Amino acid sequence: MSAAIYKAIDAFNEQSGKNHQLKKSPTTILFGKGGQLDSLALVSFIVEVEEKITDDLGVSIALADERALSQKNSPFLTLQTLTQYVSLLIDEHERRPQQQASSIGERQQ
Amino acid sequence: MSMNDDLNSRRVLLVSGSSKGIGRYLVEYYLAKGYLVVGCSRSDSSLQHENYRHFPVNVSHEIQVKEMFVQIYRDYGRLDVLLNNAGIASMNHILLTPVETARSILETNFIGTFLLCREAAKLMRKRKFGRIVNLASVAVPLKLEGEAVYAASKAAILSFTQIAAKELASFGITVNAVGPTPIHTDLIKAIPEEKIERLISLQTIPRVGKLEDVSNVIDFFIQPESNFITGQVIYLGGV
Repeated sequence: MSAAIYKAIDAFNEQSGKNHQLKKSPTTILFGKGGQLDSLALVSFIVEVEEKITDDLGVSIALADERALSQKNSPFLTLQTLTQYVSLLIDEHERRPQQQASSIGERQQ
Repeated sequence: MSMNDDLNSRRVLLVSGSSKGIGRYLVEYYLAKGYLVVGCSRSDSSLQHENYRHFPVNVSHEIQVKEMFVQIYRDYGRLDVLLNNAGIASMNHILLTPVETARSILETNFIGTFLLCREAAKLMRKRKFGRIVNLASVAVPLKLEGEAVYAASKAAILSFTQIAAKELASFGITVNAVGPTPIHTDLIKAIPEEKIERLISLQTIPRVGKLEDVSNVIDFFIQPESNFITGQVIYLGGV
């Protein structure tokens, strides 16, 4: 799973300028005081992480869900907190029963 | 040119609500223009074409939508254009509108548009290029009685379009909307003819819309030269 996050960092760094490169260290501050990402860069990075998790582990998770945004200690503070949060979401996903497809019946063009 | 070069150079376009009406027309129209076209609707499609791929998907179902986009990425590696056409309507006085009907309309029309925009933008940002066109409706500016919930769902799409345009601009993605007048599709087949006539009389150009009127506006929005056009809505018929 850390490998997926590191791949996301590689992809992010490729698209970012020299002055906005993320270091592959658990203590890297992502967002907030001293953080390396502004809000738009954080969005891009989160999307990269979600994508690499799906590619590598076949699991589709939503990192920026309501719980993440309402937590007192943001999971997007450092790479370490992010990794812990991703791990939690993957555990929960694996314990969850498979969701059933649903459909609604109305006129559709 | 190898098959891979061919795939890499051809634009990929996704149409929701593609099994009938405006959606089906748009699929055939853009296939004829040489696009690789992906369609989705709750039902299967009868359309068979070497450049068409259909996904039976409920656009308001997040997992189904995400799975479709994973497949699009695997098969094509890109998405250039999203036409958010899937929509449902139910004419009724608000005093007689069941809450489930209201929910269904909002789910398909607004949540569906939101979900497809979100997932499409994730794909489009990789190539720093994307064109999203959402389907609005003249029911919003004309404030049509009997279409309160439908118009509200389309008003939500308009606000969403304008703000999404801002949030996605830095990724090279434009987001616009086209607002058709009544067009003879299944969507309006239950509406009495005299009501359609009355509605058309409110337009600056009083005639029933044609499918070509819709594709004409979409052509404008999605052409590469329209990279300075975003957050706009064009209503047909001068509404």
